[in-house]
Amino acid sequence: MSTDIGVWIGALLTLGIFSFLYRDNPVYKVCEAIFIGVSAGYWFVSLFWQNIQPKLYLNLRGAIETLVQGGGIDARWLYLISGVLGVMMLMRLVPKVGWISRWPLAFIVGTTAGLYMITYLQSNAINQVHDTLVPLVGRGSGRFLFFTLPFHVSWAALLVFIGTFTGLVYFFFSVEHTKLAGKTARIGILFLMVTFGASFGYTVMSRMSLLIGRMDFLVGNWLGLVH
Amino acid sequence: MKRRIPLLLTTLVGVIFVVQFFVPHKPFSDMQGLLSDWVQIIAAFAIWLGALNLMRVSAENVQRRERNWPYAAIIIASFLAISVVGFFFSGGTHFQDPGTPFDWMYQNVYNPLSATMFAMLAFYVASASYRAFRARNREATLLLLAGFLVMLGRVPVGDKLSGFLPEGYRLSNLADLIMNIPNKAGQRAIMIGIALGIVSTSLRLILGIEKSHLGGEG
Amino acid sequence: MSLLDRMLTLDRRWIFLVVAVAVTVPLFLHLEQKIEITQESRGVFEGLSGLPAGARVIMACDFDPGSAAEVQPMAIAFLKFALSHRLRVIIMGLWPQGPMQADLALRDALRDPAVAAVAPQYGIDYINLGFQSGNEVVIQRMGSDIPMVFPRDSRGQAIAEFPIMENVRNFDAVAYVFNLSAGYPGTVEWVQFAGDRFHARIGSGTTAVSAPLYYTYFPKQVTGVLGGMKGASEFEELTGFKGKGTRFMLSQSFAHIVMILFVVLGNIAFFASRRRKRAGETAA
Repeated sequence: MSTDIGVWIGALLTLGIFSFLYRDNPVYKVCEAIFIGVSAGYWFVSLFWQNIQPKLYLNLRGAIETLVQGGGIDARWLYLISGVLGVMMLMRLVPKVGWISRWPLAFIVGTTAGLYMITYLQSNAINQVHDTLVPLVGRGSGRFLFFTLPFHVSWAALLVFIGTFTGLVYFFFSVEHTKLAGKTARIGILFLMVTFGASFGYTVMSRMSLLIGRMDFLVGNWLGLVH
Repeated sequence: MKRRIPLLLTTLVGVIFVVQFFVPHKPFSDMQGLLSDWVQIIAAFAIWLGALNLMRVSAENVQRRERNWPYAAIIIASFLAISVVGFFFSGGTHFQDPGTPFDWMYQNVYNPLSATMFAMLAFYVASASYRAFRARNREATLLLLAGFLVMLGRVPVGDKLSGFLPEGYRLSNLADLIMNIPNKAGQRAIMIGIALGIVSTSLRLILGIEKSHLGGEG
Repeated sequence: MSLLDRMLTLDRRWIFLVVAVAVTVPLFLHLEQKIEITQESRGVFEGLSGLPAGARVIMACDFDPGSAAEVQPMAIAFLKFALSHRLRVIIMGLWPQGPMQADLALRDALRDPAVAAVAPQYGIDYINLGFQSGNEVVIQRMGSDIPMVFPRDSRGQAIAEFPIMENVRNFDAVAYVFNLSAGYPGTVEWVQFAGDRFHARIGSGTTAVSAPLYYTYFPKQVTGVLGGMKGASEFEELTGFKGKGTRFMLSQSFAHIVMILFVVLGNIAFFASRRRKRAGETAA
């Protein structure tokens, strides 16, 4: 059994959270409240020392020192604008002037919109279409059963193409899913069901892994029963 | 004023970031660099806003003696404990160094709590699957079968169970096939659909057609 | 109460208990497990093993303690492999907890005999630049000016003082980006901004929840994907630095079998009750 007070605290907090599995109780609620408070505080401290202090405070301090020493106004003064926008964001806490937080919010939304418009199109649309179509020809055996084909085709790539295309047809709700569109969408649904089944399998693996990690901490690090 | 300037800001910043993608030279590269730094600082303040709002709501709960107010007091106490330790007793910028009080709190309080919260999901996924996962029709059966094959194929016991089959035809190989063909196809279809949706929403935001990020009137 | 009724009204706490036992008991057993290597995991290993000594690798730690059980073994195996093969590791993160998790992995790695023999030094062979807020904007900015994004390391010292950061301007100075990802921001953002925009070579180590999505990026946009604890065990097998990823696979096997049994039992109970209801309606 561990003699480290930190391990004991971690183990007791772990068991406190697990107690919810039996039923809701004050011990769980206390542990949950500690988690919420410590999480918020962790982000609060990390952001100050790793972002606000080096990027905002040190830049502005350098700009002020340069000005005081007669070096004039340098480009670091521009960081004052970001500081002002940051404080405007915090004004959301004051209902009467909360509307001013729309300015920094608009700034972030504009940045994200500008970045996403190009990158999502390039990486998640065009490159995906490219990687679906290009492997179709040029690789593969050039044979189908007993026949020799005049071109090479990759059967795996062909199935991926069929699955991607039919899946997209399924999501295209502007056309009614009847006749040819309906049959195509039905094939798409089958591919999507396998996709969701695979996602379910991986999700189970993920959740179980987290539990294994916790149990290993309890029986290994805390109780010392496993080495 | 309250809505026009933010809309103008969204458009201006959005256009700069789109243009600099195609013209990565001065002055757009300099503008992009400066605006990126500003975004990082504003994003930090945005997260600070969340933490401070939590404190405000908890303080109100304690002041008004709302239901479960003692837990709100614990939230405030925990927040103050780690904040005070992190700001004043952990060596400033060296706050994350091994052996500091902040590092101790991270390893022995935050780490176990965070890990355990997510570990609880394992129990709920098992319970929910037992109660709700039903092979009611062909699609659901296909989903279930795919899930079973992937779950068995991705652990060593899968190959032990299918060890009588020749190499290359066992459960792990079947799981590989499922992940590389139908899974890849389905994920790609979803990904392309989402990407096109994001592109259209981004364009609407930049052109000022979409105003939901500005909230209600006033 | 019949067996069928008991199955239909089973208290979920019994399910919780069975899951807990299935996951815990194998931890006491020491059985060798044969780990099959997938091409996705091999892709990450080959991306790293092909690098010459002295090459710089960014270790982007975008995960937290909530996903550490899956991703931390990958981080440890990566650091042991990279440092023992004299690759220079630049640690950073888009999640504040990421660089701290990397520090924990580093403490583990530095104790390994193969790494201790090389005696890597902070600032020369590895460095921790810490966390920066801004998500994908950080990656975008790193593409043009890494020192501007990270003017100081996680301890507050100017990075210009460290030899490992000499002549590091952007991704051109970096041979590989190994991203440990648990969500947003993560591999998607690294692929979009570092890979497709600035042509960085990327490998992904991710939680199993996200792994199916990243198969779409393999092999053109990422060299490989390590998915969940299975991916961690494969990477440990390939690098030769076995750890918790391999050790936990037995528990993982038991857990999956128990899950499948629960789903099958639930369906048996469902169909049996449906048949009973129809038989009752027919009799009436």
